[in-house]
Amino acid sequence: MKKSKAFWVYIIFALVIYTIVQVMISGGTLDLYYQNILIQMCINIMLAVSLHIVIGITGQFSIGHAGFMAVGAYFSAIATMNLGLPFFVALIIGAVAAGFAGLLVGIPTLRLKGDYLAIATLGFAEIIRIVFLNIDYVGGAAGMVVTNMTTWTFAFVGVVLTIFVIANFTNSRHGRGAIAIREDEIAADAMGINTTYYKVVAFTIGAIFAGLAGGIYSHNFFIIQPTTFNFLKSFDILIYVVLGGLGSLSGSVIAAIFLTIVSAYLSNFPETRMIIYSLVLILVMLYRPTGLMGTKEITHLFKFGKKGGSKV
Amino acid sequence: MEWIQQLVNGISVGSIYALIALGYTMVYGIIKLINFAHGDVFMLGAFIGFFAITRWDVGFLPALIISMVLCAIIGVIIERVAYKRLRSATRIAALITAIGVSFLIEYTMIFFRGPGLETYPEVLPNTSIDVFGVSVSSKSILILIVTIILMILLQFIVHKTKIGKAMRAVSLDADAARLMGINVDNTISATFAIGSALAGAAGVIFGAYYTRIEPLMGVLPGLKAFIAAVLGGIGNIPGAMVGGLVLGVVETVVSAFGFSLWRDAAAFIILILILILKPSGLFGKNTREKV
Repeated sequence: MKKSKAFWVYIIFALVIYTIVQVMISGGTLDLYYQNILIQMCINIMLAVSLHIVIGITGQFSIGHAGFMAVGAYFSAIATMNLGLPFFVALIIGAVAAGFAGLLVGIPTLRLKGDYLAIATLGFAEIIRIVFLNIDYVGGAAGMVVTNMTTWTFAFVGVVLTIFVIANFTNSRHGRGAIAIREDEIAADAMGINTTYYKVVAFTIGAIFAGLAGGIYSHNFFIIQPTTFNFLKSFDILIYVVLGGLGSLSGSVIAAIFLTIVSAYLSNFPETRMIIYSLVLILVMLYRPTGLMGTKEITHLFKFGKKGGSKV
Repeated sequence: MEWIQQLVNGISVGSIYALIALGYTMVYGIIKLINFAHGDVFMLGAFIGFFAITRWDVGFLPALIISMVLCAIIGVIIERVAYKRLRSATRIAALITAIGVSFLIEYTMIFFRGPGLETYPEVLPNTSIDVFGVSVSSKSILILIVTIILMILLQFIVHKTKIGKAMRAVSLDADAARLMGINVDNTISATFAIGSALAGAAGVIFGAYYTRIEPLMGVLPGLKAFIAAVLGGIGNIPGAMVGGLVLGVVETVVSAFGFSLWRDAAAFIILILILILKPSGLFGKNTREKV
């Protein structure tokens, strides 16, 4: 009962945000520049949350997330531009393709641990990028021309869907299994948790939503190029999760929102942006290795404030 | 006969990878950290060599030595400022910091001098030498000789000197080494100094061989050198040398077959195959998982 009530509270909250922004867009308060920042923010939130399930929940250190984003971006772009399918269907195709790629990459690499897993995922992401670079059907290095189809509605529904699925996953039996793996993989194994299964499931779900974000991303600009999805992009996604707190969904959402605004202000000074990002990353790791929020969620704060209350 | 030429080219490239890989493997062996910033020390080494040659008009060898000394200092600074506090932190925290340091060096460099290319002056004689009817560029031979000398020097330091003995002891068991009166902090700094000096040397050699250097040049060779270190068995010094040479030759062969665009993918495929089939590398020891 309580859980379903919380669910409806969040849905209403999301609807309110959506309506306010939609009214502002229709009313002309938000011009194209701000709309673009908002869509960019949505994409970054999706990417952050989809990596959060891999790093934050399951504790598997993947630094090749941009590779799955690339798969989603290219497959959905092929679906709309070359096959003429509607945008909605194309997004699903992109997400499924990315999920499939996640499954293929995950099964062999998730046997590895720690640093080795990080390097292997990085290697796979680079291979994915080089494959797209060498296929003429998708334009090779010159890139692929894509029509602008992404709207605020698509981006926002994507975010809600991503957060909804991943929050539910975290609170489910699967999520508990994944958290057990994060805390101690050997102990989890000894307790009878099928560690490989849960790791692959979490990795695949992460890849699916990275692919969805990729599809939205590719239709937000007029061209996609393989170089967009390089290690720098993976690094961008990584910093959202690390800054927000390894294991905190709301933390990664907040970090994604905050850093999108920062990077929008610094868009004319990309070097400064990268210097700030890397300094933030180093300082967070040195002085607060769990990230800003740790494993806490922002809703914990509300609970704390209303200790005697019955809400949520 | 063209094959032998390709092979020599491959060995020259491979020896650069091997020099960088040595730093990775030594640091990993001693503190179990993938020092992502190592590729950027390599880049700084190339630029220090470039400025030494163009501004101070020194030759190749003095530039090599200046670059090695300065890179050793930079390596120690990186270790003392960023990594030292993380000794007891999780491996992931250390890895994230290393990635952060890497990007910090790259973009600070771009911030101060822009992302443009620099062209290395001709510091090495570029003639073709006939060896058994095969023409081989003198550059390749010189680079190979310099690399071999540096590797012999490293073997000497690691196996015949006191600091080398300390390094081996710390990498085997840091706590036991501390109990035996070894200054672990200084030994780790020395490891960073030696590894970074080798990366600096690799930078100057890379510049002299390929003549083009830029602030992001360290990323790909850095990753490939890491692959070479994994291939040879990370933590294993001869393994890193062999791994670097093998990787260089494989890349040259892939290019020679006309798949030059796939060259970088080949390195990563090797990495993934080795990680899946034999994660301890070609010469690595199997380590048992401890609870």
